[in-house]
Amino acid sequence: MRLFDILGPVMVGPSSSHTAGAVRIGLTARKLLGEEPVHADVSLHGSFALTGHGHGTDYALIAGLLGMQPDDLRIPESFSVAGRQGLTFSFRSVSLRGAHPNTARLQLTGKTGRTLDVVAESIGGGRIRVSHIDGIETNFSGERNTLIVHNQDAPGHVAAVAEALRRARVNIATMQLYRSGQGGYAVMVLECDQPIPPGIAQQLLQTEGIRKVTVFNQEETV
Amino acid sequence: MSFTSIASMLEAAEATGRPLYAVICEDDCRENGYTPEASQRQIAALWEAMRQSSRQYCASDRSNSGLTGGDADRLRRAAEAGRLLGGAYFLRVTEEALKIAECNACMKRIVAAPTAGSCGVLPAVLLPLTEQTDAPAEETILQALYIAAGFGQVTAARANVAGAEGGCQAEIGTASAMAAAALTHILGGTAQQCAHAFAMALGNLLGLVCDPVAGLVEIPCVKRNVVGAVNAVSAANMAVAGLVSRIPADEVIDAMGEVGDAMPASLRETGLGGLAGTPSAQKLTRQITQPLR
Repeated sequence: MRLFDILGPVMVGPSSSHTAGAVRIGLTARKLLGEEPVHADVSLHGSFALTGHGHGTDYALIAGLLGMQPDDLRIPESFSVAGRQGLTFSFRSVSLRGAHPNTARLQLTGKTGRTLDVVAESIGGGRIRVSHIDGIETNFSGERNTLIVHNQDAPGHVAAVAEALRRARVNIATMQLYRSGQGGYAVMVLECDQPIPPGIAQQLLQTEGIRKVTVFNQEETV
Repeated sequence: MSFTSIASMLEAAEATGRPLYAVICEDDCRENGYTPEASQRQIAALWEAMRQSSRQYCASDRSNSGLTGGDADRLRRAAEAGRLLGGAYFLRVTEEALKIAECNACMKRIVAAPTAGSCGVLPAVLLPLTEQTDAPAEETILQALYIAAGFGQVTAARANVAGAEGGCQAEIGTASAMAAAALTHILGGTAQQCAHAFAMALGNLLGLVCDPVAGLVEIPCVKRNVVGAVNAVSAANMAVAGLVSRIPADEVIDAMGEVGDAMPASLRETGLGGLAGTPSAQKLTRQITQPLR
């Protein structure tokens, strides 16, 4: 807990969980997609679905997808900004079994056709948790420098990723592995202490069986 | 490890002979690896953001639900017409708390302190001071913000500052207690007096439930910001006058946490109990609940 978690953040109201957290979900999904999104199908669950209108949760999610930060005064106008920037979107209410009350599912298409299906929860105070990527269960906050690798489940991929980070002198803080089944589709999420050099993505993509690599580094904050 | 008790925070100040605000700032810098200069830039930026959050107020703004807007302006006009009780400072505190809380409901930019729902309390007691002839130096206000944040941090560590966990006492109660400590510092109070002001302010709002109509940060949240601000002024006055809280600040925080744990879920931001459960609130909820745009 930092002093500036108590005093701050500077944010557009009215709710840290339903507004600031929703912006952060959109922003994190944009970073995970790794390119400008051109279409988003958004499903809202629980309190997000019921009180989302009054809290501007829908504006906030689209604002985040457009790259706005939680203190961006254009958040209430994000729908028209999306129109100008060529982002189309749809919203619907869903009931996701066992999901956190403030959950959003974003199915995104990027400008080069890249797709991403991400489920994230707003867990309070503007903080979030990414619970699924492309249907595979995950658990990370997006608060640290994060490397996400999608690969075919086969021996050696974890070692390849760890070796690439070692060479870049990046220390791994947490590491999680998920897979759909043995030999199936797998996702690795590594949270790191140092920023991850973007070159690592290119390098890892040359390894057979690695399908998609996403790097997202934190902006410098106090 | 950051401070987990008010007592250890005060002891650290006493042991080093450093002012309380400096001890709080230095501890945070050490814990999170940033420089005092970066920290001071950030606290100054937060103060500027608080000032902006008041300046952006517009009497014609309405929230998405249509339930909030225009009240600070209504109050200001009545105050200027001489129809209200209380001195100039007291009336300005009331107006500022309404202004900033209304701005929050209308999706303007605010500083969560400690939460968005309670964002009006701390700036409401500080902003009117800057208009007085004997206005405190900006440096003193920044010191007071460190003190507010330090007390708030201990509260978050020992109890919590979320309405969904501890009720409104955890949000407006904590904001009010933080503001009381900040004001006490500005009025020349000692570190001990800041702690007494904090304890009295939090103790006075113990048990306050979180019961937002339709689950929105509007009714009664906007007006609760006024109560938090006014309570902070009274607690700071009492502390500076030499009154003490017989229950130490840490024990008041613990009691707040325990009261929060004992609150039924219906009174913790579910929009079910308290004011939210009244027939009028249910009627409003039916009128404004539109799941999606």
